[in-house]
Amino acid sequence: MADAARGKPMPHQGIFEPWTDPVAKPLIQFQNVTKRFGDFTAIDDLSIDIFEKEFFALLGPSGCGKTTLMRMLAGFEAPTTGTILLAGDDISPIPPNKRAVNMMFQSYALFPHLSVYDNIAFGLKREGMPKLDIHARVEEMLRLTRLERFARRKPHQISGGQRQRVALARSLAKAPKLLLLDEPLGALDKKLRQDTQFELMDIQEKTGTTFVIVTHDQEEAMTVASRVAVMDEGKLIQVSTPDVLYEDPRSVYVADFIGDVNLIEGKAKPSGDGIDLHWAEGQPVLHCKTAKPFGEGQTCHLAIRPEKIAIHSQEPEARNKLCGKILDIAYLGNISTYHVELPSGHVIKAQSANTRRIARRTFTWDDTVWLSWTDTAGVALER
Amino acid sequence: MRRFSWFNATSLTLGFAFLYLPMLILVIYSFNESRLVTVWAGFSTKWYGELLGNELFLDAAWVTLKVAVISSTIATVLGTMAAYVLVRSGRFSGRTLFSGMIYAPLVMPEVITGLSLLLLFIGIGLDRGVLTIVLAHTTFSMCFVSVVVSSRLISFDRSLEEAALDLGCTPWEAFRLVTLPIIAPAVISGWLLAFTLSLDDLVIASFTAGPSATTLPMRIWSSVRLGVSPEINALSTLLIGIVTLGVISASLVSKRNLMRQQQDEQTAARTA
Repeated sequence: MADAARGKPMPHQGIFEPWTDPVAKPLIQFQNVTKRFGDFTAIDDLSIDIFEKEFFALLGPSGCGKTTLMRMLAGFEAPTTGTILLAGDDISPIPPNKRAVNMMFQSYALFPHLSVYDNIAFGLKREGMPKLDIHARVEEMLRLTRLERFARRKPHQISGGQRQRVALARSLAKAPKLLLLDEPLGALDKKLRQDTQFELMDIQEKTGTTFVIVTHDQEEAMTVASRVAVMDEGKLIQVSTPDVLYEDPRSVYVADFIGDVNLIEGKAKPSGDGIDLHWAEGQPVLHCKTAKPFGEGQTCHLAIRPEKIAIHSQEPEARNKLCGKILDIAYLGNISTYHVELPSGHVIKAQSANTRRIARRTFTWDDTVWLSWTDTAGVALER
Repeated sequence: MRRFSWFNATSLTLGFAFLYLPMLILVIYSFNESRLVTVWAGFSTKWYGELLGNELFLDAAWVTLKVAVISSTIATVLGTMAAYVLVRSGRFSGRTLFSGMIYAPLVMPEVITGLSLLLLFIGIGLDRGVLTIVLAHTTFSMCFVSVVVSSRLISFDRSLEEAALDLGCTPWEAFRLVTLPIIAPAVISGWLLAFTLSLDDLVIASFTAGPSATTLPMRIWSSVRLGVSPEINALSTLLIGIVTLGVISASLVSKRNLMRQQQDEQTAARTA
């Protein structure tokens, strides 16, 4: 998880933040949109703004409504109540074939009876574009997606990764204002998926198109997106940049959904610049710096990422420290995750980078170790 | 290697003999010199010559062909439409009733279908002839088309149509440019099925045909009642030949397509 946040080349970072600009006009606005299928509420009174040139990710478990949201943008579903504005216009009455929105389907939906070339040209021909222009545009798309050699092939004559690129080229060919990507990389294997993520970001930057991607893979969302919307049961839980989502989740749900986390539940007691957390009989009180007001005795969840917990063989000098026994070690190559069992029965995960060769590792099973972290490492959450 | 066993060999021989001996006898006797069907008098193709000169048979063949082509074409259009509606419109009230009504003619005794159509045509005062046979054949064969086409449509990836709409097609264009080419094999086999059913039909045609139109099965049936002539043997042999040729070429074409597809997929996997 930590790698996705780390390896992120974002040239616009710090500059491209239209969502913080009060005068910026959003490209897409969902205003109190609700969608019901019979008794089932797929989208529940949802409002969201998406800005031009954004790479916006909808992230959530399956059945959370993210695909419904995207299908409403494409025009395959109409909201039960509420309005969706595209560049200021209500798009509800516009059928999908008249929208300046294109979609890349999860199954790619390539037309099996047409060649790669004709698949890409399909939308342009529908527009009634002159033949020469179509040719130029298709060639451009083939170059962009590095498919020149496969133009004459049929979809079943190319590999999965190539099909994925054809689907992308086809949906980009009409130069839509908005491109929707429905789990675009789901069918690819891990290595190819990672390469393709960077390719997608590259293409998004080159074309300047607004991308909205639906995914259930949080690593993918964090890698590609400028902002991520975490959804659950038809509601938006949090919309933030990936780093804020990871470092400053606003609820236990988000903290738990994004990456690996230790959640310690206890009663809060305001103290100095934050709170003291009383969480288990006989265990030391933990301190966490927070600006949120917690009342005396209020239930509080301390969320702390494993990589922010240091592991020691001797008792360290630190404000927050716990002693326990190593229960399990997950060796992942670059890092190891230690599961440390406290005398109270809680298991805390701590991660450390394997900067040394494995033969010289300090800790092993059943060792008694100390865990420590700073006042600012964790986040205090009300729910 | 499986070992030879007398039991297997016998059942195989008997089975095939049961299926094909009658046809074989028919084919052999179509080349009989004699007018008597059961007495072999030497090889000759003269009955084929006579057949080509027999106006009654040629007329009947022409009527049958006309009826088969027209009725199977209409049945294909209607059956495809019905299948599309049934598969695509999801749940609507009366759906079960509607689909049941489409498939009912599959199990309806032909005599009932023929009789009810006859009563209808008399009731509305429609003169019986080619038109009434076409209508009758369309009625009973469209449900076969609808069964074949809907089984293909069920496995059809709906996002293909959505993709077409997304790329600027109207719903009709999406059907014409994407759905139809993809389900074409099923539509074609539906048409062929309707065509052979119509060629084959005796019962319903007998009810709905008038004096002006007689189909080949009706003609064969009525002349057999006056005694089997070698001419009929020749005609049947021709029909068997046409059907065999059709079946063999269809299976060859589909086998070649399958092999080509597999080859393509292997190449794709290699170049990936």
